[in-house]
Parts: sequence; C-alpha cells; structure tokens
Amino acid sequence: MPLPKLLKRPAPPSPGQEAPLHPIDAATEAGLTVVDWIDERTQLSQGLRWLMFRKVPKGINWAYTLGSATLFAFLSQAVTGVFLAMYYRPDVNGGAYESIRNINDNVFLGQFVHGMHKWGASVMIVLIFLHMARVFFFGAYKYPRELTWIIGVVLLILTLAMGFTGYLLPFDQRSYWATIVGVNINNTAPFLGPYIGDFLRGGPEFGATTLSRFYAIHMLLIPGLMAALIGFHLYLVTKLGISAPPWLKAHEPEAVTEVVEV
Amino acid sequence: MPADRHKQSSKYTADRGMPGAFEGETVTRRRFMEAVTHGAGGIAAAAFTLPALGFALGPIFKREPFSWQIIGKPDDFTELNYVTKVITIVQGVGEAGKSIAYVRKRDPAIDTEPHDQFNKFIALSSRCAHLGCPVRYVEAAEEFICPCHGGVYNFRGEVAGGPPVRPLDRFYTLERNGYIYLGPRYSVNSELQRFAPRDPGEPLDGIGQYLYPSRFDTSKLPPTNNLPLPPTVPGTGS
Repeated sequence: MPLPKLLKRPAPPSPGQEAPLHPIDAATEAGLTVVDWIDERTQLSQGLRWLMFRKVPKGINWAYTLGSATLFAFLSQAVTGVFLAMYYRPDVNGGAYESIRNINDNVFLGQFVHGMHKWGASVMIVLIFLHMARVFFFGAYKYPRELTWIIGVVLLILTLAMGFTGYLLPFDQRSYWATIVGVNINNTAPFLGPYIGDFLRGGPEFGATTLSRFYAIHMLLIPGLMAALIGFHLYLVTKLGISAPPWLKAHEPEAVTEVVEV
Repeated sequence: MPADRHKQSSKYTADRGMPGAFEGETVTRRRFMEAVTHGAGGIAAAAFTLPALGFALGPIFKREPFSWQIIGKPDDFTELNYVTKVITIVQGVGEAGKSIAYVRKRDPAIDTEPHDQFNKFIALSSRCAHLGCPVRYVEAAEEFICPCHGGVYNFRGEVAGGPPVRPLDRFYTLERNGYIYLGPRYSVNSELQRFAPRDPGEPLDGIGQYLYPSRFDTSKLPPTNNLPLPPTVPGTGS
C-alpha cells in the first residue's frame, strides 16, 4: 500500500534551493521548541537524566523491578480510587452499599474499575512483601541504605492501614463486622487502646461519622502521606544507588587476587 | 577556636562575613528578625493545624447521651429464658446503629450480684467481650455462642470458654409506668461488679481496669429523669 501523500517525503530540492519544510519536520520542530522553552526555564531534563540514566551494578535481575512494580500498583490504586470516588457515597444509611452496587451494576466499566481497585490492593501488599524480601535477603538494607528501609517499613504500615480503612467502604455485612473486630483489636493496646478506638470510630460507638472518617483517612490522609514518603524513598534510591547482588564478588586489584604457585 | 569566642567576634554581620550581610546590621537584629519570621510562620501554621487536630480528635473526649428506651412490659419476660430485643445504640444511622439485648427477669436463686432498681430485669448485650461480634443465645445449651472466634458464655453471661476476657456487658433496666426501660450499657468483671462501659477485648479483672481506662465520665448510675413516655394504647384517648 502506498504511503499517504502527507507522510511522503518530497524529492530532494535542486542545488542551491531551500527545501520547503515538510509538515512532519515542522511538527517535530514545534514540539522541540516547546520542550526547549520549558526546559530552559525549569532545567527539568537535568533532574530527569539524574533520575532515569544512572549506573546500576552488574548482575542485577528481575527481582530488582519489584519496587517499581509496587510503585505501579500504588499508581493504579490512586487512579482507580480517584474515579471510584466519583460514584461512591459514604452514607451509613445504606447509601454507601447502594452506591457500590450502582458502580458494579450500572456504571460503564464500573465493575472492572472496582475490581482493579479491590484486587490491586491485594496485589500491592503481595508486591510489597516480595520487594521487602528481596531487599532483606540481598542485604540491601545495610549502610548507607538504612533510612530507605525504615521509610519502606512506614510505607508498608501505611499500606496496611489503607487496606483496613478501605475494607469498610463497601459497607456490607462482612466489611462492617470486620471493621468492628479490627477497631476492637486496636482497643486492646494498654492505656492508649481505648483512645485509638475512639479516634477511629469518631466516638464510643460505631456511629454516623465512622464511615466518612474511614473514607477521609482512606482517600486523603494516608495517600498524601504515602505519596510524600514514596517520593523520599525514590530520592534515596537514586541518590544512594542500587546495591549489587550478594553473589557478585567485589572486584579486587589483580595484585591481591594473584595466585602464587608454590 | 578560642575558648571565649564571643568576646573576639564582632557584633556586626558584615564583619563576620555572614551571607547577605549589610553595613550596620548586627547579629542581634538578624536573630530577632529570624525569630519573628519563624514565629509568625509558626502561628500561621498553628492557626489551621490546631483546630483541625482538635476537630479530628474531639470525639475521643465526647460522650453521646444515652436515652432510655422501652423494650416491653414486665410480663414479656421470664426467669427461665431470654427474650431477644432489637435496641438502638446510635440514633440516625439505620441498621448500623442497632444492636441486640437478651432480656430476662432476675432470678434470685442464681443472680447473686447485689440487687437494686436497675437489675430487676437482666439485659445482656449481644456484643462479644472478645472483639465485638454479635453473640447468639442457644436455648438448648443455655449458652451464648460467638460465631467469630468461638467465645462461649453461660446463662448469666459469664465466660464459659474461648477467648473472651470478661463477661458479656449489660444494660441498666428500669421498671416504670408499667414498662421496662433499657438504659446505658455497663461492663462487669468476672464477679459481675459494675464498671463504666469498656470496649471489647479489655479485661476488668486485676490490673485490667487500670490498663484500659474508661472514658471521661464514669458515672455509674444513669440519670432517670428523661424517660420517654409509654406509647398510648389505641382507644384510651389522650
């Protein structure tokens, strides 16, 4: 099939004649001009180059992609969550359950997006633990990367809190009773426990504001914290570099490793 | 560095070569301006952070008033069996605010705890003292059984087996105007002594009552001056 006329390159111009700018070249030029205009004022490309094109040790493998996989699980949760919030209603008088049923039964692709969010939550927890196991067994948490590990643990706890608060939102029997039990487990901490429970429920009993409280914690408080901490986590990963796999021997000077035959 | 460097250094920022120094600016002035700027920023941040924090934490210190509700007439209840009554714990939240009380008449032969006007009728809360699942009364076994983790309570609501840390909670009951009124919840220890209401999972024996403080009002006896009027019987006027 012949190329459309628009995409076909014109014949080279006669000697001494300026070639007319082809539309594709013109579009490329325009795009580059915009990018240059922004970059001249922000110097973003420097930072991007620093982030994307870094040296990595020899011998890294697919296990090193688990962190990125977790990041993408988080992004997937964020995007699907934002759009679920367009249809969800945190109303204790049956409105929450009805709005979830509406999402599943009536909204175009609703069941799919809800399913992505629901199953994605479990996927994210699994990926976090795999990522954590990789870091642990490869010894990648050691100096100077201890702070990266600590932030990672905080992120794990926040993700579990996301799971706990998100579980209530469909507001069916299972989520209601699971939340009652979950809050009461928090209550069993000595001294502080009763106050933690009151904070979570917004009062001494599961009441009118408990659901909206969980909803606000689930979609505003924790995601904001997590996004900030993920940013810091990634900064540290980039700044400190990736650790080499433990089976890779450090390359020592030849004089030391030379075998002397006796 | 000399031992007493304050004496040796000049009081002007320009002499010390501090960044942004200008002629005649003293270190004291710069420190004062710094403190004012940070202070103003701190006050501005506190102006929205503190109210928001109080807004979020306020419910910890708040206690919802519990109104008395009518659950039946004295003849509805016997000493030998529990009657299941659906009660309202939180107003205005529909099914989520409902709970169940198991009610029977006090039987002096088995109910050995001190007798007063609030326990002529025994009303047990269905909320399991382990983690809050709803227990169900099994008449054949004369026991309360929790579906979640296998807690078992005997006829008086005392722990007969499983993980619960204290007996089932109870409600104050009152006989007035020919009706039985159900009042606030209270918790009991293994000797069925009354305590301010605690959440499930919080033991009350030994040091338990100190490890798990109750909320701020610990009034043991509920006010009885706001009883709702009994329903009017159709055909009797008024």
